[in-house]
Amino acid sequence: MAHESKNNQQEKLKQQQFQKQVETLTPKPPFIKNFCWAFVIGGLICLLGQFITDFFLELGLNENEASTFATVVLVFLGAFFTGIGVYDELGKRAGAGSIVPITGFANAIVAPAMEFKREGYVFGIGAKMFVIAGPVLVYGLVTAFFVGFIYWLRQ
Amino acid sequence: MNKKRGKQSVLFVNPPIITSTASIVGPMEGEGLLKEYYDFIMPDNLNNLDSWEQCESYMMEWAIKAAVKKENSNIDRIDCILAGDLLNQLMSTHFALKKINRPFLGLYGACSTMVESLLLGAMLIDGGFAAKVATAASSHHDAAERQYRFPSELGVQRPPSAQWTVTGSGSAVLSIMGSGPQITTATIGKIVDYGIKDPNAMGSAMAPAAVDTLWTHLQDTGRSPTYYDMIYTGDLGSVGKQLVIELMKEKGLDISVNYEDCGCMIYRQEQDTHAGASGCASSAVAFCGYIYNSLLSSKQKRILLLGTGSLHSTTSYQQNETIPCIAHAVSVEMQQD
Repeated sequence: MAHESKNNQQEKLKQQQFQKQVETLTPKPPFIKNFCWAFVIGGLICLLGQFITDFFLELGLNENEASTFATVVLVFLGAFFTGIGVYDELGKRAGAGSIVPITGFANAIVAPAMEFKREGYVFGIGAKMFVIAGPVLVYGLVTAFFVGFIYWLRQ
Repeated sequence: MNKKRGKQSVLFVNPPIITSTASIVGPMEGEGLLKEYYDFIMPDNLNNLDSWEQCESYMMEWAIKAAVKKENSNIDRIDCILAGDLLNQLMSTHFALKKINRPFLGLYGACSTMVESLLLGAMLIDGGFAAKVATAASSHHDAAERQYRFPSELGVQRPPSAQWTVTGSGSAVLSIMGSGPQITTATIGKIVDYGIKDPNAMGSAMAPAAVDTLWTHLQDTGRSPTYYDMIYTGDLGSVGKQLVIELMKEKGLDISVNYEDCGCMIYRQEQDTHAGASGCASSAVAFCGYIYNSLLSSKQKRILLLGTGSLHSTTSYQQNETIPCIAHAVSVEMQQD
């Protein structure tokens, strides 16, 4: 029994040593480059959103309506560029810069929908469409509930 | 007569001969480093079929039939087919073999499947249970991505340690008679798990398994690494390859001069695959293409091929389990005239 636990300990030590070795050998992501890409692309998407909002304001919509329309247009663009196979190329470089804006949300829904179309409209598209975006929606709603609750208490 | 040697190895008394091989790959592999060694390069990853899975089945069927045709044989003369792939329930293999209509045993060894099939095929022949065996393995980048990771159109950033699943299939025909390189020894691997959890670091996870099997193989056969012109591992990529060299050095053996990883041989640097190739097809197309050809043309006389497999599943990964890994080895030697 004692012998066995000693063996186990040795094994654990060996594993820890190996994991350290792996850590030193594994190449680190190019953080600075990734930050810059994310900053620029994310900024450009937001800039585009601002342009669209201004365009609708110009047309005489109020601020609320204009930002809703801008969201609709951005979601459409995100879905469109996912459909023609460009958005994943962008995401490969921009990382969070193209995931965080609303276009990333469109990508997260359209990509699985495209992928699982072969399994049919019900168990394919229907069931798998929210496989990536689902958790965002669930925890978004949960957070909204708690924030609403706190807001209600304070009134 | 007992053919077992040492702890985990066998020495074949009537070494089976690899009489022919065939390989088929996707367009990206076709632009890679070994492009002139593949028999067929598909124009795209669907090849006019309806799904990636169908395309993978097509590749395997094509590879087996092409290998059989190359040695002027008929598919009806194949006594048994040993094959496998990466997808759940061996989907690609089963649909490919449905059309071939020969006795078949399905194998799952993740990316070690090609070597597993060569090892078992050699045993069937040396044991006198078959005269001709076809072995095959396949993988498909998009089909694997979708099962193991994310939909292919999702905009995700891959870490530098990630590897690229090879789209392709390789098949080898083993015979009791004929000409070509022989499978002389084989070592069956054990499952080795050094506690790596990151499925983007499969090369590091598999390196200890490769070292375990390589070390055992050398002990069991009494050979030194220099006995082989080249030692190949299946799909460790650049990180795993470096780890194998270091771990072997810790055991007192320097293999840096005659060791290469198939995962580092398939793509060019500019193809942006990060740490290299992975998947069943990595060792399958590298062996059935380049390595087999270099044996035939006697550029290399003796090689050791280690198939390395990462045996995790999406469920095991999500349940926060570590990655169990395995490696099998076969030595392939050109007959001395």
